[in-house]
Amino acid sequence: MSQLFSKKNREVFSSPISMNNPVTVQVLGICSALAVTAKLEPAIVMGLSVTVITAFSNVVISLLRKTVPNRIRIIVQLVVVAALVTIVSEILKAFAYDVSVQLSVYVGLIITNCILMGRLEAFAMSNGPWESFLDGIGNGLGYAKILVIVAFFRELLGSGTLLNFRIIPQSFYDMGYMNNGLMLMPPMALIIVACIIWFQRSRNKDLQEK
Amino acid sequence: MATKKFKCKVCGYVHEGDKAPEKCPICQAPASEFEEIVEGGAAPKKKGMDTNSNTYTILYAVIMVVVVAFFLAFVNSSLKATQDENVRKDTKKQILSSLGVEIKDATADYKTYVVKDILIDPATGMETSVVEDAAFATNYDNEAKAGKYHVFVCNIDGATKYVIPVNGAGLWGAIWGYVALNEDKQTVFGTYFSHASETPGLGAEIATPLFQDAFMGKQVLNGEEVALSVVKFGTVSDANTQVDGISGGTITSNGVDAMLKTCLKNYTKFLTNKE
Repeated sequence: MSQLFSKKNREVFSSPISMNNPVTVQVLGICSALAVTAKLEPAIVMGLSVTVITAFSNVVISLLRKTVPNRIRIIVQLVVVAALVTIVSEILKAFAYDVSVQLSVYVGLIITNCILMGRLEAFAMSNGPWESFLDGIGNGLGYAKILVIVAFFRELLGSGTLLNFRIIPQSFYDMGYMNNGLMLMPPMALIIVACIIWFQRSRNKDLQEK
Repeated sequence: MATKKFKCKVCGYVHEGDKAPEKCPICQAPASEFEEIVEGGAAPKKKGMDTNSNTYTILYAVIMVVVVAFFLAFVNSSLKATQDENVRKDTKKQILSSLGVEIKDATADYKTYVVKDILIDPATGMETSVVEDAAFATNYDNEAKAGKYHVFVCNIDGATKYVIPVNGAGLWGAIWGYVALNEDKQTVFGTYFSHASETPGLGAEIATPLFQDAFMGKQVLNGEEVALSVVKFGTVSDANTQVDGISGGTITSNGVDAMLKTCLKNYTKFLTNKE
């Protein structure tokens, strides 16, 4: 049991959340970070779904890794991810219809999320199922973390709400405060991500390129 | 198995003995370049199959596709009934949302409030048939294309309301909604709009009460024309029929406008028929 949570495994789990974050350090999955972060709620749902799918596709590919023919490995990975995403969306439709309605297009977006392919190719193809599972969860959470931070600022400054609850009081608007409509536009997500990267790199000397 | 065999990785020389020789007699490679050859029934360290051969690759691809296809087909068919039920329930919920009633159980509440689901003839505006609950349709876009124009006759606290389904296209995908009218078939009682994939925070705002409630009390027709419309934000000139669009969601707002015009046009005869 202690082996399951060895120092190396804990490292595998925690490093993508902070020091080796897939979004801010590896700059993967930016496209979906733009699309779903105008509001906090879809960002959270998307982050969690990506976490689940990354973890399970990592496990499946890790189990298959010794049998996968090298030349078609990317296609095999894609099929596994697409099949998993389809199953998850079918199950959601049957047992959690409201959630599936909310996710709508984002489920499809998960298939093309580069974080998944990146982790499958870089980690699951050469590691055991348990490590791969931890790596998947860690990377998914790392991705979710950035999504939530970006969505927090975009929804607060763009709509004055958080999770659809009004945060900025009406009296501010009466005094002439206005929501920043620019925040709702996709480019602002890039600028916020860039600010996070800037902040992270200025704090960590290791991440700075010479 | 008294002796083990060691093969030089550099030149292929095979040495027999207890351990690898210090130096390869052929190419002078050091002992570290030797590897043990395991023979017999025990599984060799190397892969038993050549995973790079064409046959293996093709077979692998075929088997994988077939297995995944069967699996997905199985999942889909086993969950189909539950999913369809959910879609029906959701459609009923949307119809009820346009009436502004509080929904606890969509199926039961639908029975309480919706008196009947009728089809009308767009040419005369008369009721042609009543749709049974078992045949409850969920895709009103297809229904309208097939010439079936639904009207839901509802009863809220003794007052008759008519709910008309509308369908159209937004920026990224389909948008749809339900318009509830008062007994006079002219004043909007409530609306419900939803969308498949509009931009969150912009076009997707059509699904919020803020946008939907703005329709309350508006007039649908002006003579024989559909007057109910969505205009550019801040340019409402006739407060009786026009509703502010969403700034930043212009294409979706225009989509709602076009949807109301095209769909309600088929109902003008029904709406002007005040008997």
